[in-house]
Amino acid sequence: MKRKLLAILLSTAMICSLTACGGTGSTGNTTDSTNDSTADNTVEENTADAGTDAGADNTADAGAENAGEGGSLTGTLKLGIIGPLTGGAALYGNAVDHGAQIAVEEINAVSSDFKIELNAQDDEHDAEKSVNAYNNLKDWSAQAIIGCVTTTPCVAVASEAYADRMFMLTPSASATSVTEGNDNVFQLCFSDPNQGSASAQYIDDNGLAENIAIIYNNSDAYSTGIYQTFQAKADELGMNVVSVTTFTDDTANDFSVQLTEAQNAEADLIFLPIYYTPASLIMQQAASMDYEVEMFGVDGMDGILSLEGFDTSLAEGVMLLTPFSADATDDLTSSFVSKFEGAHSETPSQFAADGYDCPYAIYEALKYYADNNGGLNVDGMSYEDICDILVSVFSDSNFSVDGVTGEGMTWTAAGEVNKAPKAVVIEDGVYVGL
Amino acid sequence: MKKLSKSSRSSFVNYAIVIIFYIIFQTLVSAGKLSSSLSGQLIPICTYVIMALALNLVVGISGELSLGHAGFMSVGAFSGVVVATALQDVITLSPLRLILAIITGAVIAAIAGTIIGVPVLRLQGDYLAIVTLAFGEIIKNVMNCLYIGADSHGLHFSMKDGNSLNMETGGTVIINGPMGALGIKKISTFLSAIILVLIVLFIIQNLVNSRAGRAIKAIRDNRIAAESCGLNIMKYKMMAFVLSAAMAGAAGALYALNYSTVVPKKFDFNTSILILVFVVLGGIGNLRGSIIAAAILTVLPELLRQFQDYRMLVYAIVLILVMIITNNSKAKEVFGKTLAKIFKRPAKGQA
Amino acid sequence: MLNYLINGISLGSVYAIIALGYTMVYGIAKMLNFAHGDVIMIGGYVAFCTTSYLGWPVIPSVLVSIFVCMVLGIVIERLAYKPLRSATSLAVLITAIGVSYFLQNIALLIWTSNPKAFPNMVTLPSLVIGSLQISSVALVTIIANIVIMIVLTLFTSKTKMGKAMRAVSEDKDAARLMGINVDATISLTFAIGSGLAAIAGVLLCSAYPTLMPTTGAMPGIKAFTAAVFGGIGSIPGAMLGGILLGIIEIFGKAYISTQLSDAIVFSVLILILLVKPTGLLGKKINEKV
Repeated sequence: MKRKLLAILLSTAMICSLTACGGTGSTGNTTDSTNDSTADNTVEENTADAGTDAGADNTADAGAENAGEGGSLTGTLKLGIIGPLTGGAALYGNAVDHGAQIAVEEINAVSSDFKIELNAQDDEHDAEKSVNAYNNLKDWSAQAIIGCVTTTPCVAVASEAYADRMFMLTPSASATSVTEGNDNVFQLCFSDPNQGSASAQYIDDNGLAENIAIIYNNSDAYSTGIYQTFQAKADELGMNVVSVTTFTDDTANDFSVQLTEAQNAEADLIFLPIYYTPASLIMQQAASMDYEVEMFGVDGMDGILSLEGFDTSLAEGVMLLTPFSADATDDLTSSFVSKFEGAHSETPSQFAADGYDCPYAIYEALKYYADNNGGLNVDGMSYEDICDILVSVFSDSNFSVDGVTGEGMTWTAAGEVNKAPKAVVIEDGVYVGL
Repeated sequence: MKKLSKSSRSSFVNYAIVIIFYIIFQTLVSAGKLSSSLSGQLIPICTYVIMALALNLVVGISGELSLGHAGFMSVGAFSGVVVATALQDVITLSPLRLILAIITGAVIAAIAGTIIGVPVLRLQGDYLAIVTLAFGEIIKNVMNCLYIGADSHGLHFSMKDGNSLNMETGGTVIINGPMGALGIKKISTFLSAIILVLIVLFIIQNLVNSRAGRAIKAIRDNRIAAESCGLNIMKYKMMAFVLSAAMAGAAGALYALNYSTVVPKKFDFNTSILILVFVVLGGIGNLRGSIIAAAILTVLPELLRQFQDYRMLVYAIVLILVMIITNNSKAKEVFGKTLAKIFKRPAKGQA
Repeated sequence: MLNYLINGISLGSVYAIIALGYTMVYGIAKMLNFAHGDVIMIGGYVAFCTTSYLGWPVIPSVLVSIFVCMVLGIVIERLAYKPLRSATSLAVLITAIGVSYFLQNIALLIWTSNPKAFPNMVTLPSLVIGSLQISSVALVTIIANIVIMIVLTLFTSKTKMGKAMRAVSEDKDAARLMGINVDATISLTFAIGSGLAAIAGVLLCSAYPTLMPTTGAMPGIKAFTAAVFGGIGSIPGAMLGGILLGIIEIFGKAYISTQLSDAIVFSVLILILLVKPTGLLGKKINEKV
C-alpha cells in the first residue's frame, strides 16, 4: 500500500510538473513549438521535391533548385547549444548562450530568407548530463551543435556526435582530446597546446622572467591541460620553473601557501593557466602579502576587468594571451559589446565573444557553400548532410571568418582554429596590446 | 502452483519489474519509437539502480549512513577503464572485456571497501557518516592526482603529472589526472546493464533472506542485544559494507564504459548524496522502492528541461514536496484526498 | 612557519564561524542542516547588494543581512523541516539537500551566475608584528568567533530560552510536558543559526572575496567536517575544530603537497575520530540497553 502510494505520488508529481509548465514556461518555448510545426511542414515539401528531382546529387542541391535562386541561402537552421547553465560553471555556459543569442538576432534581422533557431540546453558541466542534453537536442531535431562549452562534457558529446555525424563547433572547449579523431568537431578557441606552448614561447622570447612559478587547478581539465603543455615547452626551451603548486575547486579560496612558496623560490613571474575567479583571489592575496610579481594568464583570465566590484588596480601589469578584448575599438567589437551590455548590463567576457562568433562562423560557412554550389536551402535537411557541408567548408583553407575573437580565422582539417593569439597587458584598468 | 513465501514472492516481483522494464524499452528501441533522450539514459538508469540497491544494503539493511558511496563507484570506474583499455588489443571480444572490467571494478572497489570499512565501522551515527564522506573526498582527491599510462612495458603510474609517466613514445595515457580517462571505447550495453541489475538484486535478496541477512538486520535493530546473542558485529557489518562497495564498483565500471570520457570530479559528494536521495525516497530498506525511485529521479531532470532556467529550481521543489508528502501523515492525508477528488474515486483511506 | 600558522588560523577562523552555526542547529534540532552553507551565500549576497547597489555603510548592511537570513531560516524551518518533525533523520537530511538546491538555484536566477567581487567590509589596517602580518579580516573573524562562542555558551546555559533549547535537545516530549513551546524553541534555534550564517557569509566573503551561487557549498561541507571534528553539538568544539582544520589544511599544503591537500585534511580527521570517536570535545553518550 505504502509503495503504491509512493508510486502514485512520484508519478503525480511528474504529471503536476508537466501540467504546471503551461503557466511557467517561458515565451521561448511557445515560439519554439510554432517554429517546430512550420519547420515540419517545410520538411515534407522539401523531401517531396527532392524525390521528384532524380538528377540531384544530394538533398542540398535539391533544396537549392527548389529555392530557385542561384547562390542564396534559405531556410531555417536549428542550432543547439550545450553548456552549463546551472551549477558551479554556469557563468561560462550562460555567457556563451547570451553571446550566441545576440549573433542569431543579428543574423535573423539581416537575412530575410535564412533564419536560425537556437535552443540552449543545460549540462551542469557534467559528461552524463551533457550527453542527455545532446540527445534532447537531437529529439528537437537540431541540425548542428554549438558546444560544449566546457572540456569534459565536450569530449563525451563529441564521440556521440561523431558516431551520429552531427557537426559540432565548440566555442571554448580547448583540449585536443575534443577534436582528436573526431573530424566533425571544430574549435573556435585556441587549443591547450596552442595556449600553453605559445605562452612559454612568448615569455621566453621576450625575456619576461628569470624564475617562473606556476599555480594551476589540478581538479580542472582545462587548467591541467595548459599546464602540461606549458611545462613541456618550458623544459624544451630550458626555462627556469622554480615552483609548481596547485589548488582544487574545493580549496580555491586560500592561496597563501602557493604564493609564499613562489615568493621563497624568488619567482619573478607567476604563470596562471586558470580562470579569472580564482586569479582575482591570487592577485588580491599577493597584494596583501606585498609580493610584487608579474602575472601571466591565458584566455580564461579574460573577464577579470569586468568582475563586478573587483579592484582593477590589483590586476595592473597582468599579461595575458587572449583573442578578445572588450575594449577594442573596431566596429565589430564595439557593436557587440554595446548590444551585450544593453541586454545583460554586464561587459561580455571572452566566453560571450566565443559564443557570439559561433553562429556567425556556421552562417558564413553555409553562405560560402551556397555561393559556390548554386544555393542552399537548409529546411528539413538532415544533420548528416549539414555536417558534410560544414566539415567540407571548415576544412577549406579558402574559407575564413572575421569575428570578435579574431580576424581571418581559418581551420585545419583536424579542427583547430588558426588565429593569432594576442598578448595584452592591463594598464590603468584596460587592455593594451603588446 | 506451489505457494511461495511472502519474501520470495516479493523477490520475484522485483525480478519481474526489471525484466518487464527491459522488454518494454528494448522493444521500443528496436522499433525506433524511443526518443534519443530516453534511449541515451537507459544505461545510466541501470547504473543508478545498482548504486541505489548497493547503498540500500548499507543504509537500509545494515543501518549505517554512508555519504561517500560515489568513491567506490569512482574506484570501480577507473579500474574498469584501465582493464578495458589495456586489454583492448588482447581481447577483441567486447562483451568479454566488459565482464572482465566489471569484475575488476568490483574486486578493486571491494578491496577499497575493506580498507575503509575496518576503521569506519567502528564508529557510529553521524561520526560514521562524516568519515565515509571524508573517504569519498580522499578518493576523489587521489584520483585527481593519479596518472596511469600503458605502453609495451606494461602499466606506468604517477602521482605528479602526465609528463612524469616516463612512457616510451606510442604509449597511451589511460588516466590523465583531472582530465580523467579519455577516448574510452564504449562497450556497455543495455542488456549487460540489465543483467548486472538482476545479479545485484539476486545477491542482495538472497543475502537479506539468509541467516547472515537476519544477523545484519538484528544488529541494525539492536546492536547490543545482537552482540549479547553472540553475533560477531564487525563481521556482519563488514559483509554488508564490502559487498555494497563491490556492487558500487561494478556499477562504476558499467557507467564509465558507457561514455567516451569519465572524470574523478563526477564522483563527488553530490553524486553520493544523489544516490542517498534515491534510497531515502524509495524507502529505506525497500529494494523495489530504490529501483523505482532511482529510475524516476534519473529521468526527472530531463523531463524538466522544458522549464529551461527554472529546471533545477523545480527539481528542488519537487524533491522537498515529495519528502514532505511521503513522510508527514497530515500532508499524506490531504494529498490522498486531493488525489481521490481528482480521479473521482472514493478515497482509499490511510496508507 | 609562524606565517603559515597565522594563515592557518585565519582560514580556520572562517571555518569555525560557519561551524558554530552548524553545531548550534545540530545540537538542538538534531539534524544535519546541509542548507546552512547556502544560507551563508544568501547572507553574502544581501550584504553585497546593500553596500554595492544601495551604498549603505557596513554596520547597517550587516544587520540587514542578519535579519534577512534569520527570517529565511525561520521560513525554511516552518515550510520544509517542521512537517518532518516526526520523520526519520534521513528524510530531514534529504529535505535539507532539497532546500540547498533550491537556494542555489534561486540565487542563480536573482544574481546570475557571474561572480561578484565582494567589497572588503573590514577596512582596518592589518596588524604587523615584526615580519608577521595578520590581516584585519582575520583578526575580526577571530574576535567574532570568540565573542559568538562566549555569548552562545552563556545564552544556552543562563537564559530561560537557552535552557529551553537544551531541554528540547535532550528530550522533545519531556520538554513539551514541562510547558516548553518546542516549535517556537526550534524556530528560535534556526533564527540564531541563520543569523550566525549571515555573519559568517560577510566574513567569508571579506576574506575570500568572490561571491557565486555555489560559494557556500564547499565551505559548508568543510565547516560540517570541522563541527564533527570538534564534537558535533559542542560550541567550543566547533570553534576548536574549525581552527584546527584550517591549520592542518595550510600545513598540509605547505609541507606535504598542494595536490593532495584535501586528502591530508580528511585523513587527519579520520585518524582523530578513530582515537576519539565522538570528536575532540564531544560528549560520550552511554548506550542504554
